[in-house]
Amino acid sequence: MNPQPSCCGASRAAVPPSAARRRALTVTAALLGLALWWPVYRSLDPLAAWLSFGLFGLDPQSHLGEAVRFFLYDGPKVLMLLVVIVFFVGVLRSFFTPEATRRVLAGRRRGVGNVLAAGLGVLTPFCSCSAVPLFVGFVTAGVPLGVTFSFLIAAPMVNEVALALLFGLFGWRVALFYAGFGLGVAIVAGWIIGRLNLERWLQPWVRQQLSMASAAGDSPHRSWAERLGFGRSAVRDIVGKVWVWVLVGVGLGAVIHGWVPEDFMIRVMGRDVWWSVPLAVLLGVPMYTNAAGVVPVIQALTAKGAALGTALAFMMSVIALSLPEMLILRKVLTWRLLAVFVAVVAAGILGVGWLFNALI
Amino acid sequence: MKKIQILGTGCPTCCKMYDAVRELVAQQGVEAQGVVVEKITDVQQMMQMGVMSVPALVVDGKVLFSGRGATRDELKGLLGIA
Repeated sequence: MNPQPSCCGASRAAVPPSAARRRALTVTAALLGLALWWPVYRSLDPLAAWLSFGLFGLDPQSHLGEAVRFFLYDGPKVLMLLVVIVFFVGVLRSFFTPEATRRVLAGRRRGVGNVLAAGLGVLTPFCSCSAVPLFVGFVTAGVPLGVTFSFLIAAPMVNEVALALLFGLFGWRVALFYAGFGLGVAIVAGWIIGRLNLERWLQPWVRQQLSMASAAGDSPHRSWAERLGFGRSAVRDIVGKVWVWVLVGVGLGAVIHGWVPEDFMIRVMGRDVWWSVPLAVLLGVPMYTNAAGVVPVIQALTAKGAALGTALAFMMSVIALSLPEMLILRKVLTWRLLAVFVAVVAAGILGVGWLFNALI
Repeated sequence: MKKIQILGTGCPTCCKMYDAVRELVAQQGVEAQGVVVEKITDVQQMMQMGVMSVPALVVDGKVLFSGRGATRDELKGLLGIA
């Protein structure tokens, strides 16, 4: 131990030693976490089997045995996938800002604008509490109404939590299809709404804004430390909020796996039951939960015979046509425009559901 | 002296950041004389300031942070508090 006080004038780095040490620790921890992630992930399946049948001594053929094994495998598996995907998407999103997106979309032609808006909707960080300022900011900067809608539809629907869960529980093909169809619905619905020229059905105060110029926001320059911080906060915020729902969903899924007989769902949600898709879409509207709770349940239902298209339509409806979001949009849209929005998006989701059932 | 504004639409994230900033400023005690902490929920004002993603932290008219709730450490750094 050095009994003398350290010299302040020495040529040290500008960063105080405690912060530098902390940063080194976090980087080491992150690298360690990444290195360990894959082997742990691979061992979840055998571990779950050993725990349920070996340690707890449950009968693999029993309802309880099957349910517990499912829970012990899928619970941690989904959470691990969530952490990794949310982190990387968080870092990716740090490269995008609503201000930059607005600049890209301002004055774009329809069609191209809709495609760009949907894509950017997925990549731009967007909290649903920003829906109103973002909407007004976009339309006042000259982003066409339909293009703005493409952004607003894509953003919540094609979110990383949904994709992570679909990837983990259904595989990459289903996740890709969901992303593709989600973007498709956003593009087409936004384009249709744009063609209808419904600017007059915006709330009066928004239309007033259209005549006033709005200040262009600055896009802050971000360091890599800040970008990684984005990823870390994303994990803390999103996974921190969502993990309970994941466990509830997986728990419910486990119960369905263990106790519901095979092919039970065919009668109600099967491929040939054409009315199951509209019913699923309708049921999704008043419900609001995030993807975290819904996907595990859907996985269990489809394993018991429900058609994947119906299940995905239900999920899209729950996320994209949520009542809370519609209440928020009421501040900028009149009833008529909101109704058109809901109708067009619902029709899109219906189409996707039927198409999926027919193809898969 | 210093005017600190937190822009939000009333969601929990925005409110939490406002409370955190108020707390940090209050902890500064005497040094924080004359510092005004304001919460803005009017969308038109947000437009005029050029902010679209909330919550946002604005100090003396300059947008320092926007898009998500800042952590305590980040807030301390942005506000110049040790």
